[in-house]
Amino acid sequence: MSTAPTVPEAPPAARARRRQPYRWTGVWFVTPFLAVFAFVFIGPLAYAVYLSLFQTQLIGGTSFVGLENYLAVLQDENFWDGAARVSLFLLVQVPFMLLISVTAAMILDSARIRGIRFFRISLFLPYAVPGVAAVLIWGFIYGERFGLAGNVNDALGADIVTPLSPEWLLVAIGNIVTWSFAGYNMLILYSALKTVPTELYEAAALDGASAFRIIWHIKLPAVRGALVIAVIFSIIGSFQLFNEPSVLQTIVPNLISTHYTPNMYAYNLSFVGQQTNIAAALSIIMGVITAAIAYAVQLRGNREALR
Amino acid sequence: MTAYPSLDTAAAVQPVDRRSRTERPKQRRRSGQRPSIALTVVMICFAVYALLPLVWMLINSTKTYEGLLGSFGLWFADDFALFQNIGEVLTRDDGIYVRWFLNTIVYVIAGAGGATVLSALGGYGMAKYTFPGKKVIFAVILGAIAIPGTALAVPTFLMFSSLSMTNTMASVIVPALASPFGFYLMWIFAREVPTEVIEAARMDGSSELRTFFTIALPMMAPGLVTVFLFDVVATWNNYFLPLIMLRSDELFPLSVGLQAWNLEAQGIQGGAVYHLVITASLLTVIPIVIAFLALQRFWQNGLSAGSVKG
Repeated sequence: MSTAPTVPEAPPAARARRRQPYRWTGVWFVTPFLAVFAFVFIGPLAYAVYLSLFQTQLIGGTSFVGLENYLAVLQDENFWDGAARVSLFLLVQVPFMLLISVTAAMILDSARIRGIRFFRISLFLPYAVPGVAAVLIWGFIYGERFGLAGNVNDALGADIVTPLSPEWLLVAIGNIVTWSFAGYNMLILYSALKTVPTELYEAAALDGASAFRIIWHIKLPAVRGALVIAVIFSIIGSFQLFNEPSVLQTIVPNLISTHYTPNMYAYNLSFVGQQTNIAAALSIIMGVITAAIAYAVQLRGNREALR
Repeated sequence: MTAYPSLDTAAAVQPVDRRSRTERPKQRRRSGQRPSIALTVVMICFAVYALLPLVWMLINSTKTYEGLLGSFGLWFADDFALFQNIGEVLTRDDGIYVRWFLNTIVYVIAGAGGATVLSALGGYGMAKYTFPGKKVIFAVILGAIAIPGTALAVPTFLMFSSLSMTNTMASVIVPALASPFGFYLMWIFAREVPTEVIEAARMDGSSELRTFFTIALPMMAPGLVTVFLFDVVATWNNYFLPLIMLRSDELFPLSVGLQAWNLEAQGIQGGAVYHLVITASLLTVIPIVIAFLALQRFWQNGLSAGSVKG
């Protein structure tokens, strides 16, 4: 019996000693993160789903209502009003911002300007400005009383620049968002451009390719992955729009309704209207729509990359 | 190159290093090309756009309320009242602004610091060990990167209020502790730690945790700073979550406090504090901008790691 554990059994024993403990140590390293993650990500999501399936009434208490809350949201004009507004915002603001980001990244990468470091950090700087401070500063600049808009109108002697009027308000919000994130996206795209091997440009230049052709056939494909990421995050940001309109609301209370964006509506439903069940259903609907569009963008981006 | 030579050497270990090697010959080759005036003009326009609001804020924080109303926005008023304004901001309402500033520091250190530690541990565990369910867990965390804080804020509030956790410092700190993006970045940086070094430490009888702290963590230092910076900015700028979680103004961070003052300024009797809102905004922006400028290199680390491998 005791003669058996000599040569043949030693390797499995050694393997067990080397592998097994490490398997579970890995779990210990990940556990603290996972515990918090489960508590503040999975927990609230699960709780929101749970809430969205119930209805609390003054008489009768809480009862299970199935998908009724979802139907209520989908039949709510206020919800569609906000959803249409953020969709419009998305279709106009995101392409405009990314055009600035791509242009700036291409110019930085061309190395045909001086002061690259200065421009890089200047354009990125707005990203560091806290969102609330950014809205306050722009809100004051937009103002008639002591803002730049007021200064310009005084100089022209007429009310020509009126960012805080009903017609221009969404543009004014788009400008704040563009200002905050154009530089951030520029740096992401610029980093992607830097990974293109220099030989590729040299070869293209030797073949007599114009700068435009190099941009179209080498540089744009090189940043496609980074661009898809930027588009997805911009879509998410647009659909979740809250800070800018809600802070601006204190400056122009009459122009921004409580359902100006779906997220503001959810906030007002749960905090002012005490309709937490409806608010939870609304949050989930917006989350599903956002995820679906982001997924479609990613699929399309990848499919074109394969061509 | 920069005023921070120690950072240069630290960053040299990391993934960016590969790119900077390809970048150098490109710039050398291109320096032969003449700078383009058209491109320079375009970039100057972009830079003016980016900097103008900050310049406006800087100039107008030097004005009294009367000066604000009576002078051109992009030039100084007759009296220079910056220090007077700062004094007023710091002493108003028994120095509540200082209180908000200290709260923000607490939220940043506990929230961003804790998030960085958890990300580093988790990213390392994910990169250097195999265990059951690893792939599924990783996929779930990556998917969570796309969930914005604003979408989670209301559900988190509802859950926290059913647990009676709202209106506490913990209600702002705990949600900040889990940063899927930080986790992902730390995983990228942890992968660069050579497995042979870890194996060697194991052979010498070092415990797994000790190996992590004494060998792996120093090698992940540049990544650690990058992740910490991202988390600091996220926490410093966080608005929606503290807005709904906190009721007592002595718990507010700067972002929510600023908006509280703005609300007051918009009120009927409040008009005369606009200049203080502007100065308070300036004081809120300055620390984070300094952190930004001083540690630029680490931003680029994180962004390039995220954009290339993501």
